[in-house]
Amino acid sequence: MKTEKKIKQTTVQVNGQEHITGAEALLQCLIEEGVDTIFGYPGGAIMPVYDALLNYEGKLRHILTRHEQGAAHAAQAYSMTTDKPGICFATSGPGATNLVTGIANAFLDSVPVVFITAQVTSGLIGTDAFQETDIIGVSMPVTKWNCQVKKPQDIPDTIAKAFYIAKSGRPGPVLIDITKDAQLEKLHFKYKKCDYIRSYNPLIPLHIKAIESAAIMINHAERPLILAGHGVLLSRAEKELKTFAEKTGIPVASTLLGLSAFPSDHRLFTGMLGMHGNYGPNLLTNEADLIIAVGMRFDDRVTGNLKKYAKKATIIHIEIDEAEINKNVQVDVEINNDAKEVLKYLIPLVKENSFEQWIREFRICDKTEYEKVIKPETKPEKGEIRMGEVVRLVSELTKGDAIIVTDVGQNQMFAARYYKFTQPNSLVTSGGMGTMGFGLPAAVGAKIGSPDKPVIAFLGDGGFQMTIQELGTILHYNIPVKIIILNNSFLGMVRQWQDMFFKKRYASTELINPDFVMIANGFSIPAKRVSKREELKDSLIEMLAAKGPYLLDITVEKEGNVFPMVEPGSSVSEVRLTY
Amino acid sequence: MKQEFTISLFTEDHIGILGQITIILTRRQINIDSFTASESAVKGVYLLTIVVKTTSEMIQKVARQMEKLVDVLKVFVHTSDQIIYQEIALFKVTTNALMSGNIIDNIVRAHHARILEVSPEYIVIEKTGHKAEISELLTQLEPYGVLQFAKSGRVAITKQVKELNSYLKEMDEANRYKPETIEVIN
Ligand SMILES: Cc1ncc(C[n+]2csc(CCOP(=O)(O)OP(=O)(O)O)c2C)c(N)n1
Repeated sequence: MKTEKKIKQTTVQVNGQEHITGAEALLQCLIEEGVDTIFGYPGGAIMPVYDALLNYEGKLRHILTRHEQGAAHAAQAYSMTTDKPGICFATSGPGATNLVTGIANAFLDSVPVVFITAQVTSGLIGTDAFQETDIIGVSMPVTKWNCQVKKPQDIPDTIAKAFYIAKSGRPGPVLIDITKDAQLEKLHFKYKKCDYIRSYNPLIPLHIKAIESAAIMINHAERPLILAGHGVLLSRAEKELKTFAEKTGIPVASTLLGLSAFPSDHRLFTGMLGMHGNYGPNLLTNEADLIIAVGMRFDDRVTGNLKKYAKKATIIHIEIDEAEINKNVQVDVEINNDAKEVLKYLIPLVKENSFEQWIREFRICDKTEYEKVIKPETKPEKGEIRMGEVVRLVSELTKGDAIIVTDVGQNQMFAARYYKFTQPNSLVTSGGMGTMGFGLPAAVGAKIGSPDKPVIAFLGDGGFQMTIQELGTILHYNIPVKIIILNNSFLGMVRQWQDMFFKKRYASTELINPDFVMIANGFSIPAKRVSKREELKDSLIEMLAAKGPYLLDITVEKEGNVFPMVEPGSSVSEVRLTY
Repeated sequence: MKQEFTISLFTEDHIGILGQITIILTRRQINIDSFTASESAVKGVYLLTIVVKTTSEMIQKVARQMEKLVDVLKVFVHTSDQIIYQEIALFKVTTNALMSGNIIDNIVRAHHARILEVSPEYIVIEKTGHKAEISELLTQLEPYGVLQFAKSGRVAITKQVKELNSYLKEMDEANRYKPETIEVIN
């Protein structure tokens, strides 16, 4: 009753001249930007906003996570599986600082998230007031842009700018810090979306000359290779990439975050690049005579030793962020534009071609990798359950149609390697930061963003416990995510490095774990432990068939290692299949 | 090989921009030799002149990272021969020094410096020029008792003919560019 009355009092006219509070203005701005879901956590300084949220029931859905880090990751995953930016609220002080890992994670992976933090009343700023932190200063190196608002009338324009900056160009997180008094005071509300900032040029006219020279190089290459990165997904250029690859016949390799931009089962797909990527694309990067890098940034996990990287290749770099061009790898043709636009322009300029001999080299590598690594990992006949085998089964059972969320570590590499992605944006993982604890809250965000798709989280027993409290969010909103713990009772990836590079000295990597089934049950989440191969497939089927959330605690081989591996300091061509 | 570069960075007046710029340099372990900020010829646009020593590859990387900042309008990198630049220094010398005949006067004249103020206790000398010239003057004055010495950062004017305004116009046009939607023919 009370709420209803309030709605009447404060109903606002869109773009009218209504006199409303800063808090209401903020929410109205979100509605104007098409937002319907917010992840967050309340506290003293942000209470006016939460109070106003009650007036927006049915229009704005707020998901209360169990930690601000969880809200940040969920908002990022929501964005990665929808076409929208993620929205995340937190209060001042500890609420804001708890976001930092999530902000940095979104920053390194170029995901648009609008973070709204509350700040103490403007008169108190700078006095070390209760729950005051300089979140503008703290978040400066990990946001694309941030801004503090102290006056209610500045809220609409700042929010409009924030959305424009987060979404355009190379996307990224932005943070708006709003003082409590600005939330409480009133303003004449008027909203205009932002599409122009003098100092910021996200839309760069096509560099046609560069594209034309690229086309000539492509038409003359003998061993060309496409490296597809996250930028392909961010610019929604999957279709263009496919057309381009099919017309030119050029094989495609993908970065971790580029996975799902190109179908894993496509005849031109050669696999994942990088430290635990596939054998062929790593080895043959150094044999290519032309590299066409699309929306990727030559991260050190992808390139290995830069001094020995792709030395035989001419490099074409299609990249929207100019600062990424020539940052790590000196390129020959820079095309500082949006991937989709470049590919559209490029497609008619390239000739139909095929590189059967060159592709055969990849297939030979695939065969070697299959025999030495993939088969024993995904189809073992004896011994304990292996991570790769679980991922393969899930891939087969879901026909590549699920959204896969991972945590960080071996679980992540196995999921990335052995799931056959068929749909764009179907992998949600923490690439640039490698943030343990990302998986569970990200699964929450992904499922809320894509309620019609099965969302399956592969988590390590270590990472799961970093954000395990988000089981509370899953319980609270009955979010039907499927959680698979690949439980090796170790911080597996670190143990693998200790095994390989520190003489097997397992310093602080073995875990004494709680009973995850009991824990899940405590959150009213059905759960089961599996440790026998005979039970594995049926258990997975049961999990997938479950209506609500479900947790499967799978005991896997304790000391399994991920291979192939490009060891730190090695060249991609020194990729190892075993050790 | 490291060499001296002068960065002329034009920016909007956004709080925190200095922090963002210095973060870029500190992450790359580049020391700032000199730093000056002032409003530019375009109202509301600020010009930061930053002098650093680094390699030519690195200066390109950091310049691009600076230009990427949302509130930065344009970044130019120059070597010393591409700019006309000056620094200003003030010297406070004991008035006793004047007693030693015309020596101070001669030094001031020889260095194209000037005396700004004379009081019973001290005199203040001003010198505009390049860093080396200023150091040279300091060395010469030192024997006579330099009480204080302060030097500004570098201010620079570029020799290039194209001015910020025409860049702004170009950027404005680029900014209003909207890609037409061409459908891909499969
Ligand atoms: C927040 C955070 N802390 C530490 C690390 C370093 N780290 C990378 S992988 C890993 C082990 C992960 O163990 P687990 O979650 O059990 O997954 P597994 O590798 O066994 O699949 C650690 C500690 C990290 N990536 N993130």
